[in-house]
Amino acid sequence: MNTPLPNADQLGTLKVGELQDRYPFAEGFFSSEGFEVLDDLEFSLDEALTRIAHERDEAPTWREGVLARLHVFIAEMLDFVTEEEEHIEKITVRGGRAKDGSAEPVAELTLSVGDVVCLVGPTGSGKSRLLADIEWVAQGDTPTGRQVLVNGAPPDRKWRFSSEHKLVAQLSQNMNFVMDLSVEEFVTLHAESRRAENIPELVQRIWHHGNELCGEPFALDTPVTSLSGGQSRALMIADVAMLSSSPIVLIDEIENAGIDRKRALEVLLAGNKIVLMATHDPILALYGDRRVVLKNGAMQQVITPTPKERENLTELQALDAKLMELRHRLRSGELLEEI
Amino acid sequence: MRFVTVSGPPSTGKTSIVLKAAMHLRDQGVKVGVVKFDCLSTTDDELYAKHGLLVQKGLAGALCPDHYFVSNVERVVAWGKENNLDLLVSESAGLCNRCSPHIKGIFAVCVVDNLSGVTTPKKIGPMLRSADLVVITKGDIVSQAEREVFSRSVGMANPKAMVMHVNGITGQGASELASLLLENEPVTTLSGSELRFSMPAALCSYCLGETRIGDKYQQGNVRHINLDKNT
Repeated sequence: MNTPLPNADQLGTLKVGELQDRYPFAEGFFSSEGFEVLDDLEFSLDEALTRIAHERDEAPTWREGVLARLHVFIAEMLDFVTEEEEHIEKITVRGGRAKDGSAEPVAELTLSVGDVVCLVGPTGSGKSRLLADIEWVAQGDTPTGRQVLVNGAPPDRKWRFSSEHKLVAQLSQNMNFVMDLSVEEFVTLHAESRRAENIPELVQRIWHHGNELCGEPFALDTPVTSLSGGQSRALMIADVAMLSSSPIVLIDEIENAGIDRKRALEVLLAGNKIVLMATHDPILALYGDRRVVLKNGAMQQVITPTPKERENLTELQALDAKLMELRHRLRSGELLEEI
Repeated sequence: MRFVTVSGPPSTGKTSIVLKAAMHLRDQGVKVGVVKFDCLSTTDDELYAKHGLLVQKGLAGALCPDHYFVSNVERVVAWGKENNLDLLVSESAGLCNRCSPHIKGIFAVCVVDNLSGVTTPKKIGPMLRSADLVVITKGDIVSQAEREVFSRSVGMANPKAMVMHVNGITGQGASELASLLLENEPVTTLSGSELRFSMPAALCSYCLGETRIGDKYQQGNVRHINLDKNT
């Protein structure tokens, strides 16, 4: 959009059709003002508004008011749709205080793109609060007194308040698809809202990754609302990895049911994400680069899996593969007498 | 005293999020009061009272709820002042999406939910479009993709508003909302203040109690649907 935005009076002299071509979103403005101008494409906006003012019995100053509001709306919308995305490399959490007011044992936690960090601790230990602090980009103004830095510096306000810049994308167990769309339509809609390029190819890739993550394939024309639990989660993971605006993905437990968990993490990391997992699954915990132990509302310590633990991972994976195999056999109608 | 108008379509979770935010403020020693505006009946006032908040309710009954709101809001603010509130919240349901209770210079919140469909923000009108803060609820049950699409649709309807997600059940985001509610300039009176958006033109025979259908019973401000163009 290279033409500079005309002032409010000049907007009035534009033909309605021309206005719609230049600023297609203006239609939303008109409908929220309670009228439409679709029948007036050949007329100037001034003429259309004069007609509507007459029909609605509006005061003489009404037209000017509408033009002024329209001008502000278009200016704001142009800012909104052309805003650049900021690239995130790392998020730093500076420790605050525990529930009893004592200093948080972990003074600083840095999360970089490509990290998989697990959060462990009993219910009430402060996992949700830690995530809420990150999501709200806390600046010493939450109950924990923590401070969150983006790329090493105090963040821009947009990370709190803009409709499109949220630090944390969530994938939790009780999430569902509620839109009545096919897989293809659904992913396309998300891609359009993210102003992605080459949408058909992207949709193919997300669908392909989704299928790769779950045991039971689904088609592009399957309605999202009829996907099984495992299929839904697989599609959500692939979609978040490739389309979410948020640099951090929070997963609360990737359930066993039919999801290749290791592959899921790889897909997320390929999308340049920081992955946070609230999990008590030993395999997932050992896939992580680090795990943060929470207690009494504070980060107690950060554990990097030891070589000994890593060795055990192989054994745990073998057990897991065994269970997976039994699941497949069960599904295909076999008896499990020989295991 | 700070004064905030909260509006939003029915069943989006206005009461839940106001209550959750008010609980945080109460715990910090902030005196919060709520006035609930509704049409025919509400029991939300009991809910607020149960949580120890000072509460009043106003039922519009036979009147247009938005007109009823604007005719009473100045008194309501005076009531809050008399009771030495630190924060007064007016909560009203937007029933026809045509209106908005938001007032110039008064912090305006619109509550919408993720389940209402992506075209809803566009349809809501001035209640959402003139709000300073849009709170999106029920985010815990829909996919991340739907949250992002919905949130963008809110941005497309009101690009200048702050947008935040609050969960009315778990309270996630409520303490953050609470701090925003207190960040505003105190008010002394609303006398002379202006609405952000005019109320609908009305006063036809049906406003005055007419119930019979037919052209000969219609008087005053009547507009007819243009059926020809729709074919």
